[in-house]
Amino acid sequence: MDALILQMMNGLDKGAAYALIALGLTLIFGTLGVVNFAHGALFMMGAFCAVVMQKILTLSVKVKDESITFFDAYKEVPYLETWYGETGSIIIDWAVPLSILLTIPVMMLVGYIMERGLIQYFYKRPHAEQILVTFGLAIVIQELIKSMFGANPIPTPAPEMFSGTAPIGSWFGLSENIVYPWWRIIYLIFSLTIIGMCFAFLRFTTFGMVVRAGMNDRETVGLLGINIEKRFTIVFALAAVVAGLAGAMYTPILSPDYHMGMDFLVLSFVVVVVGGMGSLPGAVAAGFLLGILQSAASMTEVKEIIPGIDQIIIYLVAVVILLARPRGLFGLKGVMED
Amino acid sequence: MKLISQPGPKTDFSMLLLFTIVVLTMPIWLAPIGAGYPDLVQKFAIYGLFATGFNILFGLTGYLSFGHAAFLGVGSYTAVWSFKLLGMNPVPAVLLAIVTSAIFALLIGYISLRRTGIYFSILTLAFAQMCYQLAYSVLTPITNGETGLRVLQSDPRILDGVITSQTEDGGPLITNFFGIDMTKTWETNIFGIDVQLNAGFYFCAFFLILGSYIAMRIFRSPFGMMLRGVKTNQNRMNYTGVNTRPYTLAAFVISGAYAGLAGALLCVTDPLAGAERMFWTASGEVVLMVILGGAGTLMGPMLGAGIIKYFENILSAFNKSTLEGMLGFLPENMLDGTISVLSLFVGEGWHLTLGLLFMVVVIFLPGGLVEGAKSILLKLTGGGSKKSASAQAAE
Repeated sequence: MDALILQMMNGLDKGAAYALIALGLTLIFGTLGVVNFAHGALFMMGAFCAVVMQKILTLSVKVKDESITFFDAYKEVPYLETWYGETGSIIIDWAVPLSILLTIPVMMLVGYIMERGLIQYFYKRPHAEQILVTFGLAIVIQELIKSMFGANPIPTPAPEMFSGTAPIGSWFGLSENIVYPWWRIIYLIFSLTIIGMCFAFLRFTTFGMVVRAGMNDRETVGLLGINIEKRFTIVFALAAVVAGLAGAMYTPILSPDYHMGMDFLVLSFVVVVVGGMGSLPGAVAAGFLLGILQSAASMTEVKEIIPGIDQIIIYLVAVVILLARPRGLFGLKGVMED
Repeated sequence: MKLISQPGPKTDFSMLLLFTIVVLTMPIWLAPIGAGYPDLVQKFAIYGLFATGFNILFGLTGYLSFGHAAFLGVGSYTAVWSFKLLGMNPVPAVLLAIVTSAIFALLIGYISLRRTGIYFSILTLAFAQMCYQLAYSVLTPITNGETGLRVLQSDPRILDGVITSQTEDGGPLITNFFGIDMTKTWETNIFGIDVQLNAGFYFCAFFLILGSYIAMRIFRSPFGMMLRGVKTNQNRMNYTGVNTRPYTLAAFVISGAYAGLAGALLCVTDPLAGAERMFWTASGEVVLMVILGGAGTLMGPMLGAGIIKYFENILSAFNKSTLEGMLGFLPENMLDGTISVLSLFVGEGWHLTLGLLFMVVVIFLPGGLVEGAKSILLKLTGGGSKKSASAQAAE
C-alpha cells in the first residue's frame, strides 16, 4: 500500500510536466490549428533559461585566496558574494526559482518570433507539412543549444531549503515511510497554479472569451471586426511561456540536456491525443493520468506479472484509447476525429 | 483529354536502363567527390531502398508514418538471427527479413490504418517506440539489448557446412554469398580514377534496382492510381463505394517489407543489429529523405537519401583544421570568425545543417528537389505556362 501511494506521488510531478506541455500544444492546436512539433524544444529552452540564470548569478571574479599564505593562490568568487556577502550566496542558491523572471520575457519573445516568423505561413498548409517544418525547427534549436551548452546534462540544484524530503505520510496519519521530495511538491503546486491561471485567463477575461470564441468559430469572430490573428499570436507566446516555465522549474528534478525536449515531446503528443485533440481539460487530465500510470507500472509487483510493461504502458494506453474512443478522453465531437 | 500523363513503357524501360547504369557505376562517378568508398555507396543503396519503400506509402497515399524504423530494426534482427542459425549466406537472411517485417507491418498497419492524419502518425510512432523499448528491456534474450545482436563462432549456422566448405579458423565471421565475401573489395583504376568495387555494394545495388523496378510498376499500375486517389480525397473514394482500407494496408505492408529488406542489407554488410536503429529519430530521418527528394516522385526519395547520407559522412568528418586548410585564402582577420561560424555547421553540428536544409525545403519547395528542378526546367524552356494551365484545368 505504501509503495503504491509512493509511486502515485512520483508519477504526479512527471504528469504535471506532461500536462503543462500538453496544455500549450492543445492551446496552439485549438487556436491556430497548427501541430507544433517544436513544443518540446520550447520546454527545453525554458530549462536552459534556468541554466543561463544560474550562470549569470555565478559570474565570478578572481580574488586572492587568503587562507593559503606561502604562495599566491587565487580562487573564483561570484560577484554577488563579493558585493552582498551572505545575501549574495542566498540569491545564488535560489537561481532556479529566480529564473522564472528570466524565462517569462525570453519565452514570450521566442514564441512571438516563432509565430510571426514561421508558423503564420503554415496555417493553411497540410498538417503533415506543419509537423515536418516544426520538426526541422526542433532539430535546429536542439543543435544550437548543444553547440552552446555542450552535450552533457548540467546540474541545476534546487534551493537548499527544499533539498530534503517531506514526511507526507505522517501528515495524513499514514505510514512514516511515505516521504516525498520538497521540490516535487513545489513543482506540483507551481504547475497546478499555472494550469489554474491559464483556465482562469481563458474563462474570466475578455481576451480569453475572444480566444475561446475564435477557437469555436474563427470566421464569425473575424466578421465581428476582431483581429483574431493578433490574439492568436499572443496565445502562441503564452503557450511558449507555459512550456518554458514547465522546463525551467523541472531542472532540479532532471538536469537539462539538449535532447530532453524531444524525449518529452513524443510523450506529450501521446498525452494530447489521449486527452482529445483541442480539449484543454483533456490535456491536463491525460497528462496526470499517464504520468501516474507510468509510475505505477514501474513497480516491481506489476513488472513481475507483465515484464516490460513500464516501458510501453503509455503507448499501449494511447493505442487502446485511440482505437476504442477515437476523439480521446475529453475530445469534442468533430475535432479531427477521423 | 488525358488527365494524368504517364510515360509509356518505352520511356520507362530506358529510364530503368539509365538508372541501372547510374547505380552500377556509382563507385566510379562518386569517387572524385570523395564518396566512392564501399561504406558510403552501400549506405546510398540501402537508404535509397528504404526511402523508396517509404515513398510507396507516404508519397502515394499521403499517410505519414513516424514508425518505419521499427521495420528496419525487425529486418536487421531477423537477418542476424538467420546468420546465427542458418549460416552466413545473405540470401535466406534477406528473404526471411522481408517476410518477418511484412508480417509485422501487417499487424501494425491493420490497427494503425483505422485512423488517418495525425492520429495515424501518433499510432505508428507509439508502436515503433514500443518495439524500441521492448528491444532494450524485455526482449533482451532475442535482441541482446544495448550491446546489439552479433554472430558468434559458437552459433549453429547449419547451412554453412553444406553449401560452402568453410573451415573456421577463428577469424571474424563475414557474410558470404556462395563463396564471395561481402566485404571483398577489388581496387582498380578506371580513366585515371582509383575505384573500389565492393561485393557487398553490388549485392545491395541489385536489390535497389529490383526495388526501384517494383516501385515503378506500382506507380504505373491501377493499384498505384487507387493509392493516389486515397491521397487526393479519401472521402470521395469511400463515397464511390470503394473500400480503401485493403489498398492502404497493402501499401503499408509493401513499404514495411522494403524497410525490412533495407534493415537486412545493413546487416549483410556489417552483421550487427542494435535497437537504436528503431528509435523514432531514425523514422524521422527517412521522412526527411523522402521530403527532401520529393514525395510521390520515383527518383526523389533516392536522391534525398543520397544527399542526406553524403552530407552526414562528408560534413561530419570536417573539423577545424580541414576548414582552415580550405579557407586559407581568406585574410587573417576574417579567418577566425568565418571558421568559428562554419564549424557550427560541420562535424558534430552537421545535424544543424540538416535541420536548416529540411526547413528550407519544406518552406520553399514543398514538392522536394525533384519538383523544384522540374518547375525550374519548365520555366527555362518556356513551356511552363501552357502545361500548368492544363494541369490546373485537370484539378
